[in-house]
Amino acid sequence: MSGHDHHDHHHDHDHSELSETQLRVRALETVLTEKGYVDPAALDVLIETYEKKVGPRNGARVVAKAWADPAYRERLLKNGTPAIAEVGYAGRQGEHIVAVENTPKRHNMVVCTLCSCYPWPVLGLPPVWYKAAPYRARAVNDPRGVLADFGVALPQDTEIRVWDSTAELRYLVIPMRPAGTEGWSEEKLAELVTRDSMIGTGLAKSPADLK
Amino acid sequence: MNGAADMGGMHGFGPVEPEPNEPVFHADWEKKAFALNIAIGCAGIWNLDAFRFERESISPPEYLNRSYYGLWVVTLERMMLKYGVATPEEIAAGRPLAPPKKTPRPVTADQVATMIRHGSPYDRPAPSPALFKVGDRVRTKNNHPTTHTRLPRYARGRVGEVVRIVGCHVFPDSHSQNIGEDPHWLYTVRFDGRELWGEDADPSVRVAIEAWEPYLEPL
Repeated sequence: MSGHDHHDHHHDHDHSELSETQLRVRALETVLTEKGYVDPAALDVLIETYEKKVGPRNGARVVAKAWADPAYRERLLKNGTPAIAEVGYAGRQGEHIVAVENTPKRHNMVVCTLCSCYPWPVLGLPPVWYKAAPYRARAVNDPRGVLADFGVALPQDTEIRVWDSTAELRYLVIPMRPAGTEGWSEEKLAELVTRDSMIGTGLAKSPADLK
Repeated sequence: MNGAADMGGMHGFGPVEPEPNEPVFHADWEKKAFALNIAIGCAGIWNLDAFRFERESISPPEYLNRSYYGLWVVTLERMMLKYGVATPEEIAAGRPLAPPKKTPRPVTADQVATMIRHGSPYDRPAPSPALFKVGDRVRTKNNHPTTHTRLPRYARGRVGEVVRIVGCHVFPDSHSQNIGEDPHWLYTVRFDGRELWGEDADPSVRVAIEAWEPYLEPL
């Protein structure tokens, strides 16, 4: 898709059913590409990267490795960014990553009340609900209510730690390793790790869920 | 600033509604809105904090009524006008009417992977030693600047504990105003839920934020 596709036909669209926002994006794109501020081919690479290549499977590999390899788990909890880079993930919106681990006594949940900060290299781009008002408003003052929206109920005495990403630090939750997975390979363990379990709004799948 | 973006603790938005098998983008224009913003963001015309300040400056009724990428589009247009990248006439016409004043340096397709891989680390050499250490009790300042700040309203004037010294980081309050990076020590500060939300709040909840040193005072 080149940024020039639409230009010559722009006025045809004035009477089409394209929404105001679609038209606005098209206008901005045309101005930016034709003035040389943006390379249309770079847009395609960016879209391809975040739509197809970067996503929560990356984070699942990190978590599975932490479950399977105690020395790696220790490195990850001590200094998240280099440990995650060991598995091959780094960069934009993940320049400074902290991993926080769930235990029977403590559950971690991540939010960005101010907007949408999220660890892109390991989770990809955030889902709509993460960026939307209901989650941003309630995660900090009613995390148990939010967990209930996701069908998750934790014991009343489980400490809930909410991390509001107000700076350039990004958080990755290490969910608890499900029972009955002793001796599993990292590849198989990674299948149990959901995106939501790494945000803290879900738990890892159980072996039965894979059947 | 006390804008619509600062949502922590607001009531009335209803339940969180996850979408099963959600796609990364919901429409082609969202892909473009995303990619245009990342690409121009790397062209060195404005910084990310200035972009965030502009986005939260959208009036609350408009902010709350637009979708996430809809806000990116509005913000991009405002930034293009503010930084002289386009004129209102050009945006209305949907095409350039005059060449750029300065030759732009766009990110090219073959630079994208490197640009993503390197990111933009925000840590900087420290101009002075950190004032606080892990375990210190601190109170956040009760300031209400009309410019950009990352101290959310719900965490102002509250007592918490320093649980991590993150490092010395670019200070968004200054950076967003284009007066330099002004690096300051950044800490993770944890609050008891009852300190933030009152004595009836769930006693099992702790909330942590990242706070730069100028947001904090010793107890």
